[in-house]
Amino acid sequence: MAKAEFEIPQLNENPEVPPVVLGTMAHSHPFIAKPEFQEPLNFPGELVDNWQEKAIEAMGDLLGKYRSLQVYLDSCVKCGACTDKCHYFLGTQDPKNMPVGRQDLLRKVYRRYFTFAGKYFPKLVGAEDLTKEVLDDWYSYFHQCSQCRRCSVFCPYGIDTAEISMAAREIMDRIGVGQKYCNEIIAKVFKIGNNLGLPEMALADTLEGLEEDVEDETGVAVKYPLDKKGADILLVTPSADFFAEPHVDGLIGYGKVFHEAGVSWTLSSKASEAANFGMFIGSYENMRRVSMRIREAALELGVKRIIFGECGHAWRVAYSFLNTLAGPFDFLDPKYPVPQHILEFTWGEIQKGTLNIDKSANDDMVVTFHDSCNVARASRMGPEPGGQFKIPRNVIKAVCNHFVDMAPETIHEKTFCCGGGGGLLTDDLMELRVKGAKPRMEALKNVIEEHGVTNMAAICAICKSQFTKVLPYYGMDMDMIVSVHQLVSNAIVLTGQTDGEDDEDESEDDAA
Amino acid sequence: MPIEVDGKTLETDEEGYLANINEWVPGVANVMAAEDELELTDEHWDIINFLREYYEEYQIAPAVRVLTKAVGKKLGKDKGNSKYLYGLFPYGPGKQACRYAGLPKPTGCV
Repeated sequence: MAKAEFEIPQLNENPEVPPVVLGTMAHSHPFIAKPEFQEPLNFPGELVDNWQEKAIEAMGDLLGKYRSLQVYLDSCVKCGACTDKCHYFLGTQDPKNMPVGRQDLLRKVYRRYFTFAGKYFPKLVGAEDLTKEVLDDWYSYFHQCSQCRRCSVFCPYGIDTAEISMAAREIMDRIGVGQKYCNEIIAKVFKIGNNLGLPEMALADTLEGLEEDVEDETGVAVKYPLDKKGADILLVTPSADFFAEPHVDGLIGYGKVFHEAGVSWTLSSKASEAANFGMFIGSYENMRRVSMRIREAALELGVKRIIFGECGHAWRVAYSFLNTLAGPFDFLDPKYPVPQHILEFTWGEIQKGTLNIDKSANDDMVVTFHDSCNVARASRMGPEPGGQFKIPRNVIKAVCNHFVDMAPETIHEKTFCCGGGGGLLTDDLMELRVKGAKPRMEALKNVIEEHGVTNMAAICAICKSQFTKVLPYYGMDMDMIVSVHQLVSNAIVLTGQTDGEDDEDESEDDAA
Repeated sequence: MPIEVDGKTLETDEEGYLANINEWVPGVANVMAAEDELELTDEHWDIINFLREYYEEYQIAPAVRVLTKAVGKKLGKDKGNSKYLYGLFPYGPGKQACRYAGLPKPTGCV
């Protein structure tokens, strides 16, 4: 872990609402996208001359397109129910990180230009002109919202701050003020096919390496096919699964499940990314363009089913929007949900009894589960309501003997964000990420102390990377975070599996 | 922030990554490490050199697993893990070591 240049929050046994401290995070703002990252997304390269006029115009356009946005901006009654619900407020004490405070940054400008009272009596209704200071505040604080939607669970009007943040980012993009992290990545998806910028050759090499590793370990030739025409299943997974740890251990697990289930499947070099950062920046056009790759890949490969790997917001886009963004998917087999989550698939196989499971393989762990916000609050899994909570836990319990949940107010639909979602998983926001992780870290620490929890499992690439990075700041081990399918992978006994590798000696070269 | 290496000024991006990978010379790694108060040992150079070779072939940094496997093969199994790599590069092998090696930063959910 690197040295911290900010104060790490103290973890409390009982969560408490901290006192408000004005402006603690006013200095936080991510790098601005250079023209080369703006233009491929069809946004102006830099702040346009008549930016105020253009921003108001963009706001008007979004209000016309999204009725929900106008309802959210109109309906807040300042009841205060949301004020202590945001992990960024709890970690930073900055009142502009209270959901209502964040919404008001946009709401005051909306009132000034789009409501009668705000046009004629701005001071009476808290309406304000769109000035450079307001724009700077937007840039700072709309990049301190991970669009996790926890606040909306508690809002009696159901106001969704995520949607307001998305709209604010879209307005800023349209006047040339984009965020480097998100926009560079979206441009990479268009150019190379995934967030990482992993070219086809490197992907093929990585998958070959995995096949070797699994065969070395188990003696079974599990395949990780790429661009296999005529396969039944297209697996779309975050590119972090090819690259990072513990993500890749999850990918190994998906392959083992497919292998044992005896289905034919493939990855695609064109749709080598499940993530869709178009959602984070609120850009329908970019979200659609990113989604279309999946449709094209499915058609080109002639698959019958689409399954998504462990990725939180990708599952929101897939479950909630894919059909309207890139459908209709009438060319797929109607017997299966379109799309399906890998956990639904694995849970189905466990129930059918196709997987030979040795739970004791995970006996060195006491596992807890972190509900990822987009899965928990913006989607479902399987045929039953609440399946997005039950299925991951069912799978974990089917492969682990020791499972403990964290406190009820921190899981299921009340889950706390990892602190790095919504396009904030970037090093230039490290202070925000560490502070925003505080509520989750508190809940985790409690189950560590009370129940001896050793590991936390997650089903989102962002959560996994974020925890790997922030756990050490709180004195916990980065290896604590595991993929759910890593647990599955540990416990599956493949047909014909030989135990461990007998022959340890593989150093051909002298290490000198 | 440009950096001075062997009397030449080299451009870097906001996060300190070399703007033009072709301008890399070993001195780049030394200067960057000195800024991080890190002294580069042969163990660090093994990683940096491997990263550069891999990048040349695949146009991207190697996955963590690819890197740990290669290190394990070359330096022994006890070193083929990310703990060892984080020991050498506390900001993370993917990011800090890539920066020293002149490679672009890995982006995405990593």
